[in-house]
Amino acid sequence: MSAPVIDPVRPAAPDTPAGRTSKAQRTTPARFDTALGWNDRPGLAWALRILLCLIALAVFAAPFLTIFSGAFTTNPSGSSLSFLPHDSTLLNFRVAGERGIWDYLGNSLVIAGGGLLLQLVVCTLAAYALARHRFRGQALIMMLFMMTLMLPEEVIAIPLSLVLGDVPVVHLDLKGTVWGVILPLGAWGFSVMMLTEFMRDIPAEIEEAARLDGVGELRMLWQIILPLCRPALGVAGVLGFIMIWDQYLLPLIASKDPTDYTVTVALSILRTDPEVGSGVVLAGAVIALIPSLIVYLLLQRSLVTGIAAGATKG
Amino acid sequence: MTATVPAPGAREGTGRRAFDKKAVVPWLFLAPGLLLALVFKFWPMAKGIWLSFFDVRPFLGDKWTGLENYSRVLTDHRFQDAIGHTLILGIGQSVGAILLGFALALLLEGQARSLKFLRTAVFLPAVTATAVVGELWRLMYYPTSDGLLNSGLHFFGVGTVQFLDNPGIALYSTMVMGIWIWAPYNMVIFLAGLAGVDRSLYEAAAMDGVSLWQRLRFVTLPAIRPALMIVLTLATIRGLRVFTEVYVLTGGGPAGSTDVWMTRAYTLGFSRNDIGGASAASVVLLCVTLLLTVLVNHLRKRGEAR
Repeated sequence: MSAPVIDPVRPAAPDTPAGRTSKAQRTTPARFDTALGWNDRPGLAWALRILLCLIALAVFAAPFLTIFSGAFTTNPSGSSLSFLPHDSTLLNFRVAGERGIWDYLGNSLVIAGGGLLLQLVVCTLAAYALARHRFRGQALIMMLFMMTLMLPEEVIAIPLSLVLGDVPVVHLDLKGTVWGVILPLGAWGFSVMMLTEFMRDIPAEIEEAARLDGVGELRMLWQIILPLCRPALGVAGVLGFIMIWDQYLLPLIASKDPTDYTVTVALSILRTDPEVGSGVVLAGAVIALIPSLIVYLLLQRSLVTGIAAGATKG
Repeated sequence: MTATVPAPGAREGTGRRAFDKKAVVPWLFLAPGLLLALVFKFWPMAKGIWLSFFDVRPFLGDKWTGLENYSRVLTDHRFQDAIGHTLILGIGQSVGAILLGFALALLLEGQARSLKFLRTAVFLPAVTATAVVGELWRLMYYPTSDGLLNSGLHFFGVGTVQFLDNPGIALYSTMVMGIWIWAPYNMVIFLAGLAGVDRSLYEAAAMDGVSLWQRLRFVTLPAIRPALMIVLTLATIRGLRVFTEVYVLTGGGPAGSTDVWMTRAYTLGFSRNDIGGASAASVVLLCVTLLLTVLVNHLRKRGEAR
């Protein structure tokens, strides 16, 4: 398994700076750039492509506008739910606030922050051992981490909820605490494998030179290996955040009562509350959406690279 | 793999002790990860397998019942229905998301700035939490004539559709939402595959005067075969253990018409407190997932060998 870090955005051909050079100067015509041979000259195919792009935009992105417009509309139901708000209001957010949405968001942020930190530390340490050391049982350990991917929360939900209520040996009850969500997220096989492959590609000479200078294991990882891993850490970070933010079943089974819910799980409380309308639910959805939106827009390059490359390991 | 780790016992005098220290170091680094995986992944898995053979009674003590839980789950008609729903949902969703993801990749492939913007926007569903997506679609599926999708259907002269309340339709409504979530995800993988296609092949194909369809079929498709296999593997496993999508959109209803294997197991375990039965259901799912993963990997290896 080599590390196929493929950037899906092919680097621009050197002969087409920003695609503005005249067609005559290109060595390969535009129609050889894409599988379908799209032409960048206005014409029938060009118009068709624009039309299809607009449809794709309407199908996949426009619904997000309805979340925002609905959240700012007093009482959206059915027809008043449209792409643009009619009467802007913050009432929905105030009602959602009264139902404790900010506390839920607080839970989510603590879990996402703590979970991500733990995940990055744990997975980096494991990856360092797997990539830069040789020891007996290495292949077996690698397989164990790979197997964690095959045991998602869905499959082990029922026994996991028992374990969270009474952790073996130490007999702690993690239910109702953020640790009940954070700790199970720590060992994520995906991050371990991605970081391992990245660290393996770091030349051994760098490590040997540092060893001659008497650098110990921890300093080696912290000062030599990690700075070289920044791109991979970015990928692990953004994918980890999206994965943690998307958790649904885990916060559900790790909670003791509804105040322990994360903001995404709490949306169902708002929905089943007969006293609040769909506008409040949408306000909650906006609040649950914005952190992942920010992370995505800031770090989308890492995210896309990670999915394209890491997908090979599932 | 780094083959240049200094040989154990490089310094002769302290050979034995240096070797021991060297051998311990990697395990210290692995310890936190292994501990967490053990406690929160493998121990629950073992416990689940163990409990699946018991009638779990919280205060009376568990009673060994052998395979009774399994036979009860596998003969329960609601679980049998759930198998059908899981298969329909999994296959429909996977096929739909793969076809649509491929179409999107073909449409949005290219270097222009506007295309990058479009890809960013289209990818939004894949990064949004499933619970948020569920709320969004519940409102889009609003069952009155002025609901967003229903008013659109009215424009084309179709009557009001009870997307989530009609047992005959609800499963397909869930499927559409699943396709909507996963098509952009697949698109990114396909785009990576398409970027790796040798452009000179397109030029050569043009010189041979092949049609667009032939070019897609004989140049593009073989080149993105690995990407296709990845997408297929991911989709299969995802389809089997689908839970959140169904749980947030329909909760299994109406009348169990969207109940999939995992929502069924969840209801059994948490609402009816039948821990043994729910564990048995989870173990069945685990076995099928493992079997399928091995099978797909086998096919993949054979495909690569050819």
